[in-house]
Amino acid sequence: MLTIKRVPTVLSNYQEDAAGCGRNCLGDCCLPLSKLPLYAFRNNKPLATAAASQVDLPADFLLNTLLLGQWEDRMSQGLFRYDVTACETKVIPGGHGFIAQLNEGRHLKKRPTEFRVDRVLQPFDPSKFNFTKVGQEEVLFRFEAGEDDSSRFFESASVDESVPPNVVAINVSPIEYGHVLLIPRVLESLPQRIDPESFLLALHMAHEAGSPYFRLGYNSLGAFATINHLHFQAYYLAMPFSVEKAPTKRIHINEELAKNGVKISKLLNYPVRGLVYEGGNNLKDLSDVVAQSCICLQENNIPFNVLISDCGGRIFLFPQSYAEKQALGEVSQELLDTQVNPAVWEISGHMVLKRRNDYDDASEEYAWRLLAEVSLSRERFEEVESYIFEAIGVLKPEKYETETKVKEEASFQPPVAGPPTYPEGCLVIQ
Amino acid sequence: MGSSEERLLESLTSRYSEWIMEALGDLSHDLNFLITDPCIAGHPIVFASRGFLTMSGFSREEVVGRNGRIFQGPETDRRSVMEIREAIREERTMQISLLNYRKDGTPHWILFRLYPVFGRDDGRVVHFVAVQVPIPRRRSSSGRQVARGGSLTFGACRNEVRSDLEFRCCLPFDSYDGSDNRGLKGEEMREAGDSEKQKAIDGAAEILSKLMQYSKLAGRVVCGKRPSPQPGVSHISSSLGTSLGRIKQSFVFFSCRTDPHLFDMPIVYASDAFLSLTGYARDEVLGRNCRFLGGPRTDVDALKQINESILAEKACTVRILNYRKDGTSFWNLLHISPVRNSTGKIAFYVGVQVDEGAKNDVHGLSPAVRQLGAVGAVKVAVRSLSSCAGSSSRSSS
Repeated sequence: MLTIKRVPTVLSNYQEDAAGCGRNCLGDCCLPLSKLPLYAFRNNKPLATAAASQVDLPADFLLNTLLLGQWEDRMSQGLFRYDVTACETKVIPGGHGFIAQLNEGRHLKKRPTEFRVDRVLQPFDPSKFNFTKVGQEEVLFRFEAGEDDSSRFFESASVDESVPPNVVAINVSPIEYGHVLLIPRVLESLPQRIDPESFLLALHMAHEAGSPYFRLGYNSLGAFATINHLHFQAYYLAMPFSVEKAPTKRIHINEELAKNGVKISKLLNYPVRGLVYEGGNNLKDLSDVVAQSCICLQENNIPFNVLISDCGGRIFLFPQSYAEKQALGEVSQELLDTQVNPAVWEISGHMVLKRRNDYDDASEEYAWRLLAEVSLSRERFEEVESYIFEAIGVLKPEKYETETKVKEEASFQPPVAGPPTYPEGCLVIQ
Repeated sequence: MGSSEERLLESLTSRYSEWIMEALGDLSHDLNFLITDPCIAGHPIVFASRGFLTMSGFSREEVVGRNGRIFQGPETDRRSVMEIREAIREERTMQISLLNYRKDGTPHWILFRLYPVFGRDDGRVVHFVAVQVPIPRRRSSSGRQVARGGSLTFGACRNEVRSDLEFRCCLPFDSYDGSDNRGLKGEEMREAGDSEKQKAIDGAAEILSKLMQYSKLAGRVVCGKRPSPQPGVSHISSSLGTSLGRIKQSFVFFSCRTDPHLFDMPIVYASDAFLSLTGYARDEVLGRNCRFLGGPRTDVDALKQINESILAEKACTVRILNYRKDGTSFWNLLHISPVRNSTGKIAFYVGVQVDEGAKNDVHGLSPAVRQLGAVGAVKVAVRSLSSCAGSSSRSSS
């Protein structure tokens, strides 16, 4: 059994002290009798993805206003462990635009806990902390499919037994403004495991927010998820992430997927190897392909992280092996000393650093080195890729592979000083 | 509708005089370009050249007032779209090969060149100009066979026409020459040649010179380069101003007392909704302390409470009687909160006004949630924009 020791991040004020319920919690004892704010999203017809959508986005985004307003309200109630807007942040100089944040308050000076990292799927353990133990004041709203033609908000709605409630709760240790957790069907006590329905829900949330700066992320067990209760994270950061700027190379896909408008590419010139899914005639087509890919990784026990970006129109999938390397003692002490756990946000280019000197000295070279440790090797990535393609029914032509191998290998070298390499035709005049 | 159309027209005429429409119409007919106004919510197109309308197949009415994203489609590269978005956010010139869609749903490659136009007086971006030069099909230098005529429509139909073309979208892609293109669906990247690049640069210069010339007639001169900031004019960077312009609530920014020049905490930004709530014009409020909203019956205790929370660097909500310019009063449920920049220091205070009589909006959001939502949106905007490398409000540390 492989394990690593780390100090768990505190996501809820009830995490430390998960004693019995004597309050409004999200468990079976309280939630079914409760009234919570409800956001009912439009779901009565297939929604076009951002890429396929021709309609103008609303000028005043309902979900953003609600989420930001509720989050600010919880901030004024003092529910967070620190004011994240008081944490320094900067863009690390260099062509990739990694973003660093100094966050000295996020990490407890606590005894590290042992985490098993060699099992991507583990059964739900009701005795451990999970989100049913969270107090209702940490919930911002329920997020459900509605019946109307447009999205609506209800200040107070009873929890209907026939609709298992999905809740959006604050993360009390935010890494940016608006950091929340989306917990699908909280009462069903699902373990951290992607299923098509939950993944589509996460995509709906990104789509409803309609802001390219509101992204959702997912960490599997073994890829720095700390709580084995199904959840996605999300927050606002009004800057592009490095991974969103990285060039990509289209992968040839089969007719079935192409008919759905789904496109799959490989990341190039980025320290972590990954796949990019985009397009799709509607959200569900895109969601299903990504969910199947994740399920394939889960079944093959390969830890991974997912970033949902571009209003749900672009999804990045990163199989990773950092925790495994860490458990095997293969990660350098220097990297371990910074105590950065490379989960989805770090992999996407947003580095949260705990020590002042690490922040002051943060360089592109450091970020690249850390992330390169996260990535699978080329051989392993190709193997994993072939599992995924088999699972989603994509045939890879041999010719394409051999042709691009040389080029790709070159693109995974650490950056050299100088301007970033853009693909042909993407001339950017500064 | 009428007033919003007027606003779109005024966007140009107020900056470049009444004669600008005619002047732009006189530019060469094959010059395809759009002018957009980032200060109006939704960043709409305010002008489309005749050449652009011919190329895209849209009528002027179908384009003006809409956002440029209506020309994107399923095969438009999302990363290119992001690069354009970032250039707009960073207010810089950029150029990229882009797959756009005509009204009939057919895609076409263009060289897209975007640049900001600045007001010389305050350094704010007043418009963006997007020049679009069609890129003709040609054999690329790498020897790759570019998809043949007609095949460009496969899998690349706009929503409105998709149903008619479904059959064609389902065609197998084996109908291409050369196995290299298999599955790439004919959206093979087209490179702009030197002649297109030159055309884009020349066109951009021609439009800019017209805008500069006519802006002099209107007395509000514009320029193509960001003017160096004048001290004391405004502490709000232009990109921040643009982001704030999208927030629909009534709010003002006032500076912190820590700045010795701004001890009286003058207003440095006022939203459109603030101006319509209070009846003042923007230049009547900028630089003044918020106390002008008070009047004979304004409660002194409420003012004291505001001062105390500012001293303590804390947020507060107070119910305070305010007066409009015309002397009428309203109960203001005022929320004041410190707003920090990327260094974590307080950059401004934001005050969001809610008229006590305000109701839930059409979606069911209460005035209180909308008020705090505006505070959150302001915090996100200030925090991220000030950390951008090269931003004018970047800390000097």
